[in-house]
Amino acid sequence: MGTGRLGTSMERHGRASATSASSAGEPASGEPASGDPEERRREPLRRRASSASSPPAGASAESVRRHRPGSYSGPTTVSRQRVESLRKKRPLFPWFGLDIGGTLVKLVYFEPKDITAEEEEEEVESLKSIRKYLTSNVAYGSTGIRDVHLELKDLTLCGRKGNLHFIRFPTHDMPAFIQMGRDKNFSSLHTVFCATGGGAYKFEQDFLTIGDLQLHKLDELDCLIKGILYIDSVGFNGRSQCYYFENPADSEKCQKLPFDLKNPYPLLLVNIGSGVSILAVYSKDNYKRVTGTSLGGGTFFGLCCLLTGCTTFEEALEMASRGDSTKVDKLVRDIYGGDYERFGLPGWAVASSFGNMMSKEKREAVSKEDLARATLITITNNIGSVARMCALNENINQVVFVGNFLRINTIAMRLLAYALDYWSKGQLKALFSEHEGYFGAVGALLELLKIP
Amino acid sequence: MAECGASGSGSSGDSLDKSITLPPDEIFRNLENAKRFAIDIGGSLTKLAYYSTVQHKVARVRSFDHSGKDTEQDHEPPYEISVQEEITARLHFIKFENTYIEACLDFIKDHLVNTETKVIQATGGGAYKFKDLIEEKLRLKVDKEDVMTCLIKGCNFVLKNIPHEAFMYQKDADPEFRFQTNHPNIFPYLLVNIGSGVSIVKVETEDKFEWIGGSSIGGGTFWGLGALLTKTKKFDELLHLASKGQHTNVDMLVQDIYGGACQTLGLSGTLIASSFGKSATADREFSKEDMAKSLLHMISNDIGQLACLYAKLHHLDRVYFGGFFIRGHPVTMRTITYSINFFSKGEVQALFLRHEGYLGAIGAFLKGAEQDNPNQYSWGENYAGSSGLMSSSPELCPELCPTQRARSGTFDLLEMDRLARPLVDLPLLLDPSSYVPDTVDLTEDPMARKYWLGCFEEALDGVVKRAVASQPDSVDAAERAEKFRQKYWNKLQTLRHQPFAYGTLTVRSLLDTREHCLNEFNFPDPYSKVKQKENGVALKCFQRVVQSLDTLGWEERQLALVEGLLAGNVFDWGAKAVSDVLESDPQFGFEEAKRKLQERPWLVDSYNEWLQRLKGPPHKCALIFADNSGVDIILGVFPFVRELLCRGTEVILACNSGPALNDVTYSESLIVAERIAAMDPIIHSALDEERLLLVQTGSSSPCLDLSRLDKGLATLVRERGADLVVIEGMGRAVHTNYHASLRCESLKLAVIKNSWLADRLGGRLFSVIFKYEIPAE
Repeated sequence: MGTGRLGTSMERHGRASATSASSAGEPASGEPASGDPEERRREPLRRRASSASSPPAGASAESVRRHRPGSYSGPTTVSRQRVESLRKKRPLFPWFGLDIGGTLVKLVYFEPKDITAEEEEEEVESLKSIRKYLTSNVAYGSTGIRDVHLELKDLTLCGRKGNLHFIRFPTHDMPAFIQMGRDKNFSSLHTVFCATGGGAYKFEQDFLTIGDLQLHKLDELDCLIKGILYIDSVGFNGRSQCYYFENPADSEKCQKLPFDLKNPYPLLLVNIGSGVSILAVYSKDNYKRVTGTSLGGGTFFGLCCLLTGCTTFEEALEMASRGDSTKVDKLVRDIYGGDYERFGLPGWAVASSFGNMMSKEKREAVSKEDLARATLITITNNIGSVARMCALNENINQVVFVGNFLRINTIAMRLLAYALDYWSKGQLKALFSEHEGYFGAVGALLELLKIP
Repeated sequence: MAECGASGSGSSGDSLDKSITLPPDEIFRNLENAKRFAIDIGGSLTKLAYYSTVQHKVARVRSFDHSGKDTEQDHEPPYEISVQEEITARLHFIKFENTYIEACLDFIKDHLVNTETKVIQATGGGAYKFKDLIEEKLRLKVDKEDVMTCLIKGCNFVLKNIPHEAFMYQKDADPEFRFQTNHPNIFPYLLVNIGSGVSIVKVETEDKFEWIGGSSIGGGTFWGLGALLTKTKKFDELLHLASKGQHTNVDMLVQDIYGGACQTLGLSGTLIASSFGKSATADREFSKEDMAKSLLHMISNDIGQLACLYAKLHHLDRVYFGGFFIRGHPVTMRTITYSINFFSKGEVQALFLRHEGYLGAIGAFLKGAEQDNPNQYSWGENYAGSSGLMSSSPELCPELCPTQRARSGTFDLLEMDRLARPLVDLPLLLDPSSYVPDTVDLTEDPMARKYWLGCFEEALDGVVKRAVASQPDSVDAAERAEKFRQKYWNKLQTLRHQPFAYGTLTVRSLLDTREHCLNEFNFPDPYSKVKQKENGVALKCFQRVVQSLDTLGWEERQLALVEGLLAGNVFDWGAKAVSDVLESDPQFGFEEAKRKLQERPWLVDSYNEWLQRLKGPPHKCALIFADNSGVDIILGVFPFVRELLCRGTEVILACNSGPALNDVTYSESLIVAERIAAMDPIIHSALDEERLLLVQTGSSSPCLDLSRLDKGLATLVRERGADLVVIEGMGRAVHTNYHASLRCESLKLAVIKNSWLADRLGGRLFSVIFKYEIPAE
């Protein structure tokens, strides 16, 4: 896996934006596009029981199932025979889980740390080079990034001990990734690529014809839920995976505190990628997609690009952190001079997002930072509002927000936490998770390993 | 957040245009008598409301002094007619652009003579801004009213009082508007007001409503964000841009993420996965049109989604949309409707209101008029004085005279008459919520529409002639009649291009519009003299007819009575075929009419069932809706009534409150009954003993809307336990109520006096409809 290749190829794409806003372009958000009533009838029905996927070739399902995470105490010395037999029951390395979203590709890679000398000897060169390349770098080309801080250490997966790595790169670099697979002769490893997200379908043919790789496509919502439940169960290197904010509106008193998701059900899961999907989860296998909205991370970043000329998600967030949205938005107090008591609306509430921009003078008086901030507030408030209504309709009071829109986005998380608490009068709790956008990819990896 | 936010950018620089010249008399009508004012100033439009009185000429009938009745001469009319002045109450609403506000206030100041009012109720975001100007110009104290309260009061008012107020918007349908019949109970409903922000209000009763939610993504977001993205400053221009754009260039669709696999996965590839998802790039330019379109979709979808979530949570399926984002714009109505259908999977209906723009002004007015209890009255839209709904898509009506379009775009009018009596549902309707009076919806039936509009155009000359002839002593009758012609002709032309202008277009609405226009030019009852003459002639024949009926055997008599009803119904000045004969041969008699009737079996013939029923026990009480004056009421209806009375059935005879064509009015029916009673002891004793009751319908239409009937009539029907309803005449039993289902037995009879309609029904001219119906158990 040569750095150079991936790098050059990406530069050719001429895009500096390493890490754009959001992940998974779920079919998800699924908002109506045209006024065509035909389309309405064809609206995707996303309710499904469990994945209908067939087991990947070479893996024997029954035997692997016994090995629950953490249930296997790895041997210090293993006979060759044992290794052989175990090898038959689990898939061959490398172990990847891939989630190809509308904006970002999320890749999780399990790096085995319990490789015996014997094993190492047998390891084919390309496998070794992949391992070295992925684990010794934190950036791949100009756009691939390994989120080192998220790495899960000493994880036991399928009887193997190792570290789980979290890597992302923009979806538009998918061709380069596939090309690299071809150049590195991935297909000779006889590995199975478990992939989810819309891109698993979109790029399936390219994987086959260019890389000679057969993708094992998985349902993204199944993967998402599997991934979340698994990651929550293993924790975050001894710390809690799930957290919430106390005093989210108060910048001095605001605290990020661990949350023990011991009673996870029912749960409203809000996945904010390019768009937003909202799922009601009643048990591990019982969930439904409640709704979605097209106003998601892609909208925030897209509008920021148009309004401010920024080029990366980080840049957009950085601008937003310095801006003042009240110059852009019309607040209740701008209209009523204070609270609108008739309806119990506080003066600080936004009455009209971008409402002040109807006036030419005010358009001329705002900065790009103000616009970025207003965009962030608008999209975040709206997601909070839709999520809150879904929670009420589904009678669920814990809401977990995930997805890459929330990456390094404390403003949005605190706003969601506050909005949910305020408008529900303390009835709803907003929860977050450290591995935000990687759950789909983790779920895909679990499918590969047949971990239920 | 109501419309409040929209101020600021609408009228830039506050430089008010004083130079415009108004066609004042046509706009601020009846201003001299204006009693009370209210004003709603939004971001760009001002809506003025005032209550005024209108002086009308009305034809009154009065019995002659009967002291000398023995010396009655053959040529003497049966009663006298006098024209009197009557004062009725009317609400005027005028909508105009804020730029005209100063000029309008000046005009009002100059013409306001009679008012004793000291305050003006004001609402809307601009009320504050223009407070000083209003107080200075009108010398009225501005009393500010809560925006949302006004909006909801106004909404309740129009939903209760204006038939076909609410409509669904159907893209690509012709016409795009599908009107709703008024539900007897308008509550509860959800009002989604899309001003600069969005307010979602649940309305449970007249006075109980609750803000249940809202969203900051609304009209102001479209306007503000749109202005930033496209450098286009005006709201309407932004909408125009949006209507030309391709959102797929800016939005990330499901198919952009899934590729071609959507089809096999059963996904709709064209769904938007991420609004503006494709614009997350620095190296592409996007067109203004595409961005505006994407923005429009984003906002409409979001509002639709939230509205559905709130509707679901509160178990509501009626959702009305208003606010400047909607304001009759086909583009936004279309996207909102689509979104609601998508998110609710068809369970929630997006409804819009014809008079959405007036809600605030109406509500503010009602707030100020609370001591007069305006809600205890029924009101009716005056078709003559109201502009009607204009489609904002010019391509729909290219031929419409441009000045007319421009005018109505600038000044839009709504007039509501206070009806003399409160109107309610007929208690005998099987299902008031699904009752539709009209048989043919001309908005949906282009063939029928073309025919009837042509028919009314052709008949116009005759109506004008008759109007002039009805007032031989008036010097300006010809001039007024000409104005009437012009007005009604223009209405017909408007309706040709915009059949949805006043709600569902029906033969009834065309007839009612004509009556309103005639009244407007002081032709309250063009047929009064004709009716007087015919009543006189028919009264003379009454005894002879009754005597000959009495000589018949029972079974023969029943058929003769029904034939009499039908023959009487041939006398109808409303139908051209008949008026031709009548004009040329005034002696056209009852017997001749009978000969014209179709031989049995009739086109619709359940006479045998009716006869069978008559052999059974008598009905308790019959409610009869009478049609024409003269032969119809006197020689057709009264003998029939007399037979029912003899059977032991009580009779409620309902006639129109006000004149329409040659239909018998309530006051005429009183005189006629009195005269018959003098000749006939059966009728005499029945009247004395209140077994025969004469009531008014509350209507002045040649058709019949059973959901808007005089409250007194409804009470009586309930008290007497009416178990038979007889509806006669083409207007009441064919154009309307042909399909009406009642909870009791009913008899619908008419003679088809229009060859086109006869054709449609599979018959010929003078075909007979005799429809006897028994409700299913």
